[in-house]
Amino acid sequence: MTSVSTDKLPPSPIGEGVSAPDGPWKRLLAGLLSSPTAVLSGIGLILILIAVLLAPLYANHVAHTDPFRSGLSAKIEVEGKTVPVMQRSTEGLGLGVTPIGPTWSGEYMLGADTQGRDVMARMLYGGRSSLLIAAASTVLTLALAAIIGVAAGYTGGLVDGVLSNLIDMMWAFPVYLLAISLSIVMIGKTFVLGPIELSSSSLIIPITIIGLVYVPYVARPVRGRVMTIKNSEFVLAARGLGVRRHRILMRHILPNVLSTLIVFAPMLTALNIVTESALSFLSVGVQAPNASWGTILQDGQSLLYSRPTVALAPGIAIMVTVLLLNLFGDVLRDVLDPKSARGR
Amino acid sequence: MDLMAISKTGRRGSALARLAITAAMIPAVVPALAQAQDAHRGGTMHLMAVASGGTLDPQINYTAQFWQLYSATYDGLVAFKKADGPESNTVVPDLAAEMPTVSADGKTYTFTLRKGVKFSNGDDVTTEDVVASLRRIFKVSSPTSGSFYNGIVGAEDCLSSPADCTLEGGVIADGTANTVTINLVAADPEFLFKLSAPHASILPKGTASKDMGNTPIPGTGTYMFTSYDANNSLTMERNPHFVEWSVDAQPEGYADTIEYKFGGTEESAVNAVMNGQADWSFDPLPADRLAELSTNATDQLHVHAQSAWWYAPMNVNISPFNDVRARQALNYAVDRNALVSVFGGPALAQPVCQILPPDFPGHEDSCIYTQDPGDTWSAPDMDKARALVAESGTKGEKVNVVTEDNAASRGVGTYLQSVLSDLGYDATVQTVSGDIQFTYIQNTNNNVQISVTQWYMDYPAASNFLNVLFGCGSFHPGSDSSINIAGFCDEEIDARMKAAMTLGATDPEAANAEWAKIDNAVMEKAPAVPLFTPRRLDLLSERVGNFEYSSLFNWLIAKSWVQ
Repeated sequence: MTSVSTDKLPPSPIGEGVSAPDGPWKRLLAGLLSSPTAVLSGIGLILILIAVLLAPLYANHVAHTDPFRSGLSAKIEVEGKTVPVMQRSTEGLGLGVTPIGPTWSGEYMLGADTQGRDVMARMLYGGRSSLLIAAASTVLTLALAAIIGVAAGYTGGLVDGVLSNLIDMMWAFPVYLLAISLSIVMIGKTFVLGPIELSSSSLIIPITIIGLVYVPYVARPVRGRVMTIKNSEFVLAARGLGVRRHRILMRHILPNVLSTLIVFAPMLTALNIVTESALSFLSVGVQAPNASWGTILQDGQSLLYSRPTVALAPGIAIMVTVLLLNLFGDVLRDVLDPKSARGR
Repeated sequence: MDLMAISKTGRRGSALARLAITAAMIPAVVPALAQAQDAHRGGTMHLMAVASGGTLDPQINYTAQFWQLYSATYDGLVAFKKADGPESNTVVPDLAAEMPTVSADGKTYTFTLRKGVKFSNGDDVTTEDVVASLRRIFKVSSPTSGSFYNGIVGAEDCLSSPADCTLEGGVIADGTANTVTINLVAADPEFLFKLSAPHASILPKGTASKDMGNTPIPGTGTYMFTSYDANNSLTMERNPHFVEWSVDAQPEGYADTIEYKFGGTEESAVNAVMNGQADWSFDPLPADRLAELSTNATDQLHVHAQSAWWYAPMNVNISPFNDVRARQALNYAVDRNALVSVFGGPALAQPVCQILPPDFPGHEDSCIYTQDPGDTWSAPDMDKARALVAESGTKGEKVNVVTEDNAASRGVGTYLQSVLSDLGYDATVQTVSGDIQFTYIQNTNNNVQISVTQWYMDYPAASNFLNVLFGCGSFHPGSDSSINIAGFCDEEIDARMKAAMTLGATDPEAANAEWAKIDNAVMEKAPAVPLFTPRRLDLLSERVGNFEYSSLFNWLIAKSWVQ
């Protein structure tokens, strides 16, 4: 059989005087901009991103604090009076020490946690960790899912059998059980893999764990999509013309799978934020001295009665970010997959 | 209460008149008092805990939670006095009719067994039960078999081959004379303390030589366990065969039934007690409820000193703490007052810089790691600490602090991580489940550099802190049961500890003076950072009366009433 390169196929019928249709990225952007929900949620997400990126500026120049150092003996000035950050009870039996509440000013705007640290400054730094972990683990999940899904769906046969069963096995584990198990193994001690040495506080560990546990949830639909595309007319035509397998993969399969992956991205990021928070809340995610919204939520748990803002602040941050991501992801899916939008 | 009221009334008269009035009133008051106490008998006491204490076997369980219950369910030949305050450190005869006769060389103890005492299954307590119970300590590999009871003749064979343990020559019963003789390899002035621990409880001779888990073993105490589900609840009822033989050793309980529920959270337990749905909770009260309870429930709160310490053992065998200067630096740097804040403030914790707790035998105030060395800790000395770190050349090294996953331990660990970072180390905190942290930090294979842990006394003797926690004999590399967590073994200090224990048999005061010096000697080598001595805080429901506190068993449940 003669191999025919698509480079030598006849030129496009679109000629002079006929304007070329918009590319997929332009159509995507236009679709997003035409949706007020996408615009507002996008602006919201950008504002959150800017805020967390400015965390060092806030800590150094507004809060004047190091949010990773205990401030159990610290004092601040409130309404002209110097008061301790950790306030000892003077009533009744004199039991208990309560961190200072929200001052609504630069220092200790949202109050202090059980270590006397500025909650607002930690919220911003914690947001950096939470968003970084969520985004990076999303990229990892999508990359691994694309490789596995495409390999299984396109190759078929034994490779598909092995990979599909592997996906099924991973799917059989409840996500949090799998994540906690991996965390306990990886966070237990310094993790050494060849020249790479990861301490228990490294953010790469939660990124890897969260990135791995959601792979089956993306790989399976990707595999299905690949199998559909593989048998579509344009791919069959390309094969009939003798186009090489890897070229079909790169030119026809991957671009069509990409839209599926893009639709998954914001939803998965939202899910990863919640997963990271849950793991950190259970002490098996982000480890001190790093902070994340989940660890701050955990710090706030022991102050629910006396200083609820410590738990409320990260809770609200998680809720708002996840909501914005889901709203944005919803519009993104409608734009990239109009069929499903019509069907709803 | 009535007697106190009378004596207060009589304070206006002469001493003689007061005496005469009091003497005249006693015959009338005593029956009235007994009647009042009888009126308190009955009812059900409701206790709560987040989790159970594990196995119900009194010769295996080593938790404060269940030792508290064993004080009312099991007896040894001798027992710690069930009394309030320091008196509770006194050893009194329990199943033994009187204190044992001890040979001149201190190696032989002869006990005469009390007659007429029955197990909760109706069987009489015999000398055979005593022998079988002491053998069972080794057969079930009780956690203290190698530390408390290894001095009994024959114990060495029992430790190497538990299943065949006979303690031949070590424990001899004479059924006719109703005596049991225990022979020791060497004099042990602390032996009666050790026999008073629940691990030396006397159980029926037919008790299986295995961990009985959730199955209650018949005992001789005022209560007996009737049901136990480690995930749900524990029930104790009156022992139908119990007749009070010694109010000091085993007083009769007031409540008819004690129900212990497991599950929920510390917060929900506080709410339950405040709402009268429960009478008490074992777990520490949540820190953010303390201020509220401190003002709203003053009559229901009881604060007591504990013979305990929170400390941070540093592994002296791995970097950076294999350099004494690095260990001393951390001792200088830690702000004990700050840590007291983590634990609920000065009403609940006292800063310390020694191993032996305040008011403990052998304790003498001394603090070398403070800004102005003297009797007590005053402030951290960061300059000195940084200089020591620089001298040691360990700056920049990685240090991981291992804590339990509860708020207090995590708080202390986070604080230590912050201080270590201030000193120039690359410090992290690792939180490990409370179920395994204590064994995890003991095993040298885990390479734990520094951890946060606590030690509560088993009996009131300095060796129970110094020798147990820092003696060479307590260090077992590669074992989960190596209570010398720091891996500290100084042969000279170890020899001094052995000499002090021997001296205690003949001259307890001189021995305690020596223990004070040993305490300082160990602290000069700084294998640990003493943090604070905790105080126990108990919240009881409004209906609970007659709270009494024992140093070893905490609240004496049997001595309180609920109606």
